Amino acid sequence: MLTAEEISALLLSLRVAMVALVFSLPFAVAIAYVLARKNFPGKIVIDGVIHLPLVLPPVATGFALLLVLGRKGPLGSFLYDTFHITVAFRWTGAAVAAAVMAFPLIVRPIRLAFEAIDPRLEDAAATLGARPLFVFLTVTLPLAVPGLLSAMVLGFAKCLGEFGATITFVSNIPSETRTLPLALYTYIQVPGGEGPAVRLAVIAVVISLGALIIAEVLAVRAKRRLRGPALQSLPNPPPNPPSSSSQVAP
Amino acid sequence: MIEIHVQSHRGDFTLAANFTGDEGVTALFGPSGAGKSTVIAMIAGLIEPDQGRIVLKDRVLFDRATGIHVPPHRRRIAVVFQEDRLFPHLTVEQNLTYGRWFASGQGPSLAKVVQLLDLKTLLRRHPATLSGGEKQRIALGRALLSAPRLLVLDEPLSSLDAKRRHEILPYLERLRDQRHLPMIYVSHTVEEVVRLADRVVAIDAGKIIATGSVETVLNDPALWPILGEQDAGSILPARIAKHDGDRGLTYLSMAGTSAEETLVIPLIDAAVGAGVRLRVLARDVAIATEMPHHISIRNILRGTIAVLESRTATTTEVTIALSPEIKIAARITKASADDLALHRGQPVFALLKAVAVDRRLPP
Repeated sequence: MLTAEEISALLLSLRVAMVALVFSLPFAVAIAYVLARKNFPGKIVIDGVIHLPLVLPPVATGFALLLVLGRKGPLGSFLYDTFHITVAFRWTGAAVAAAVMAFPLIVRPIRLAFEAIDPRLEDAAATLGARPLFVFLTVTLPLAVPGLLSAMVLGFAKCLGEFGATITFVSNIPSETRTLPLALYTYIQVPGGEGPAVRLAVIAVVISLGALIIAEVLAVRAKRRLRGPALQSLPNPPPNPPSSSSQVAP
Repeated sequence: MIEIHVQSHRGDFTLAANFTGDEGVTALFGPSGAGKSTVIAMIAGLIEPDQGRIVLKDRVLFDRATGIHVPPHRRRIAVVFQEDRLFPHLTVEQNLTYGRWFASGQGPSLAKVVQLLDLKTLLRRHPATLSGGEKQRIALGRALLSAPRLLVLDEPLSSLDAKRRHEILPYLERLRDQRHLPMIYVSHTVEEVVRLADRVVAIDAGKIIATGSVETVLNDPALWPILGEQDAGSILPARIAKHDGDRGLTYLSMAGTSAEETLVIPLIDAAVGAGVRLRVLARDVAIATEMPHHISIRNILRGTIAVLESRTATTTEVTIALSPEIKIAARITKASADDLALHRGQPVFALLKAVAVDRRLPP
């Protein structure tokens, strides 16, 4: 039903989105935590830089990546000379472009989730003897799970759909950097390519919708656990405290 | 055992607190906004004082002079907060055992705490499904299981209604009686202080205004404005003299008073000779200049007026000395005081309309 070329574009897109998400998530969590809980001079600048890809023309972002991470760019030449790694015009570069473009969308829900957590719970954990890292891993992060889930879905969908920065940074090379949106664009450019284009568009809709539904189901479950399921809140058996005091009036 | 000398300025609120706590229960008592929670946060290490020094059992936790500030997780001071602060994503059992990770095998066992606080049926539940009283019991158990060197209770009952409060108080009494864990109990409720505390540190507007035994501090008329009109009264130590099961009465004797100065209350369950701490509210005491007859009030005590003063335009506060040591406070209307021509040194009878037995003391 799908041609080898279409399957290749689909698998590449999934791989790019997964890799971009996995590698950007830890950084996103760290930055979201810092933005939610710390105050320091220059915080507004960091916030601005992170949101830049959201407002910049994607082509400009892709161009900036090319300048910085291209073989001749400062970071690109360092990576090549030191580790023999090149990302420009490779699928890994497509993942980098997707990660950069999706980063603001990933950071935001996580930051909101952190901000919604009562810091007094973290204080309570500290008085019980928990080190700050332990508090973060056992209290803060688990309570932010609904936010993490929506960040992952939003980020994944953004990575799947990334176009402008990708085509500028890594070009449109079949089986290497031709992700689903790039393949879609290519088919539309060719006479008689409407058939495959429609098929790819439908696939994009199905994947994105599926991800949204799964995330919603998981988030509802996580929230229900925090607020308490309606079924479990049956009236409690009356407790039987020991009595040792009496109020009396002679 | 714990020494606290702290100062801090936040806006125009200045806090300067110096006091020491010992084994047993030290009540930090004062009205809302007095700075109690701030002092607690400083003891726990959640707020850094501007100046001062905090020492717990020879260990310096904070010292501005030498730059020591031990972070909260290394202080081994567990806090039960006003709000339960249970972890909503964990079960009751996971909440209880959270501090076990850091207790290095010390402290009571889970089974013992579960038994002490009657938590057996709650272990698998999530905090969201529990009542306020149950949550506070779990918060208490969680604090105990972290094997603290000091337990701080910051108005643990203030978020509960009266019924729930009376459910928790017996557990706190049990804890005080069973565990050899020093406690600081923050409260603005006289009843809780009388029932639980061994000594009181009274705080108002950021300053410590009195420290000492419960009887000394709470019987000090200077503290009445803080206690509030409703709660002003006298704390009296007494012993169970005898029970009269047939008539449903218990007789109490007060040290330093004559045998006829015996109080009668409805029968309570306590051994003869056991000590009790009584509380008599000033508004529940009436005054007669001669022995009244044909009256339903059974507790009529002979004494002399030691202090007589009017704090408001309509009321007169009278302190009646039953013996050199034992004094009882009464609040009557100014008109009554004038009509009876009350004056210092006058022999009178105090009529006690209600006596609350607030604490059983060891015999």
